[in-house]
Amino acid sequence: MLGLTIEQLSYMLRGTGWTIALSLLGFVGGTLLGLPLALMRSSGSRTARLLSSAFVQIVQGIPLPVIMFVVYFGISIGGYNVPALAAAGLAMTLYSSAYLGEIWKGCIQAVPKTQWEAGECLALTPTQRFVNIILPQAIRIAIPPTVGFMVQIVKNTSYSVVIGFFDLTYSAKVLNNSTFMPFTVFTIAAVLYFAICFPMSMIARRFERRLQRT
Amino acid sequence: MTFTSPVLSPAAAPIFPAASMVAFRDVRKSFGAFEVLKGIDLDVGAGEVVALIGRSGSGKSTALRCVNGLEAINGGELTVCGRALHQGGTDLRELRKEVGIVFQSYNLFPHLTVEQNVTLAPRKVHRIGAAEARELAAEVLAQVGLSEKAQNYPEQLSGGQQQRVAIARSLAMRPKLMLFDEVTSALDPELTGEVLRTIEGLAASGMTMMLVTHEMAFAKSVADKIVFMHQGRIWETGDGGMLSSPQTAELQQFVGNGL
Amino acid sequence: MGYDFDFSFLASYAPDLWHGVWLTLGMTFVSIVPGFILGTSVALARLYGGRWLAGAATCYVEAIRNTPLIIQVFWLFFGLSVLQIYIGSFLAAVIALTINVGAYTAEIMRAGFQSIPKGQIEAADCLALGPVQTVVSIQLPQAVERVYPALVSQFVLMMLATSIMSQVSAEELTGVAYMIQSFTFRGFEVYLVIAVIYLAMATLLRLVLMGVAQVSFPRRRRLGTPL
Repeated sequence: MLGLTIEQLSYMLRGTGWTIALSLLGFVGGTLLGLPLALMRSSGSRTARLLSSAFVQIVQGIPLPVIMFVVYFGISIGGYNVPALAAAGLAMTLYSSAYLGEIWKGCIQAVPKTQWEAGECLALTPTQRFVNIILPQAIRIAIPPTVGFMVQIVKNTSYSVVIGFFDLTYSAKVLNNSTFMPFTVFTIAAVLYFAICFPMSMIARRFERRLQRT
Repeated sequence: MTFTSPVLSPAAAPIFPAASMVAFRDVRKSFGAFEVLKGIDLDVGAGEVVALIGRSGSGKSTALRCVNGLEAINGGELTVCGRALHQGGTDLRELRKEVGIVFQSYNLFPHLTVEQNVTLAPRKVHRIGAAEARELAAEVLAQVGLSEKAQNYPEQLSGGQQQRVAIARSLAMRPKLMLFDEVTSALDPELTGEVLRTIEGLAASGMTMMLVTHEMAFAKSVADKIVFMHQGRIWETGDGGMLSSPQTAELQQFVGNGL
Repeated sequence: MGYDFDFSFLASYAPDLWHGVWLTLGMTFVSIVPGFILGTSVALARLYGGRWLAGAATCYVEAIRNTPLIIQVFWLFFGLSVLQIYIGSFLAAVIALTINVGAYTAEIMRAGFQSIPKGQIEAADCLALGPVQTVVSIQLPQAVERVYPALVSQFVLMMLATSIMSQVSAEELTGVAYMIQSFTFRGFEVYLVIAVIYLAMATLLRLVLMGVAQVSFPRRRRLGTPL
């Protein structure tokens, strides 16, 4: 099919599976680290704000492939021999958390100040105010950009090819080396990425439109 | 069989008098199913100042916007500066070189200085040079009393000053006809005076003008002809005196509320 | 951790690192202008292009934005090589970056154009400006001013993305780092160093682009309004 054998195609599908797995890892890790970051970014403590903002600035100023290398070599000098998946997963976590933290900080701040004041008037504790009043509203605002960023995560897992992680991009590169059919191979790879990303882009846009209407 | 002279018959008088700059003949305009203009007949002669008054939704702004082609008419005939707008294919750019308009919301270009706002169109459209443009800006800004603001940006000016710049910007195109669409409605009461005086000055200089306004006293003092519109029709036409002796109940009521 | 950090490679490989820095910055600056022009044209095509042109522009934007840059680069680079077209890795990288950043710029500029009040265009029409004059003199300057911070972020991201061009044998900074680590086996130190260099370049690029804004938007400069 398309000049490729079934084995070759299923090889790319296996790569696609690992792309999805790494994306999920990056999103879950990014969420676990990004949530506290968002809270720190919008917290009352100056130190917390400075630390978190420094982390975000640093991660957003370094190319993801370089983060991958730093993590990959960093783990190995610790004397551990880890699979590329762990290094790629950790790098994706660092990368995603910086962006997600920044997105969510914006969403928390987008909830009008009067809502905090209203909570205060109801004699709620700061935690109660945050959990019961601010968070539900912030989540509504956060859904479209978060889904939008998931598209970035999926696309950017492709950079893990630099540390030799087997994903869709890696499989396409290997197949190209053996078949010399770059247009076929990379078009199929692009179509597979597109099939994952485009629906998410559409969903993000639909959520955004729905949010704008209310 | 009776003999009638084809030349002298009153019926054969030209439909559009030569002096008429704007001629509406049974002009109709609809937005969807809603007919905003239900057959307008109106002439504006050269040098004449015509004020359109009426409630919001009476069609007065729409009538004004038809004159420079911002709205296309759906029926009747509309001739402006010798151009038949009802016949398709009118070059709107050519029309707008001769017809200036000033909006309620000024619509100055925020990224350009006052002088650049005023000279942009003359430079791009009439292709005048930089030196000539500077002279032109000085002239029209003096006309609206804002010579000292030439190098300021719109956001540094008051609403009244911005509106006067908008007038200067239109004047810089040397129009034959000026349209004013509720130019003082967005202004604080204490700022309307300076804009109205600028328009009065223009009227005195012989400019042909159509203006939609809510300022009755101003309409009375500046306009040669006042047109009261109601529900898409011209309800009453007259000079300033008609406001003090309205013929129709609707104008009576409007003037009663408006003054 | 019993690891001895060793940054001694810096001395001997400094010229290579410099070369990498220049190549990275070169790729970035050479791609910004054509990327901006492409993106703006595509944004205008989507807004005013009519059904077919707008449709084609939308397809381009969606195709690029929903696939990874690295696949686009491989497609172009290896594709050209089987067609036996050799344009060199620098030019290939610049073409790929331009096509890529053009799609993102198109979305940013479209938002910029759409944010301009309708009255501005109406006023331009009423002053007898033609459609091209209106776009160039009225819409473009205002749109760029409104979305400038987003454009700056996008171009910084593009600079960072040049780091994968070593995959198609362009000897930019990350490529140089790979070469150094393969000789010295000091991968961690090498990549830490270039991480710092990228951070510095990202800051520098931001500063330069903000300086460009000071020159391009005299109103901001005069009134001291921040972007």
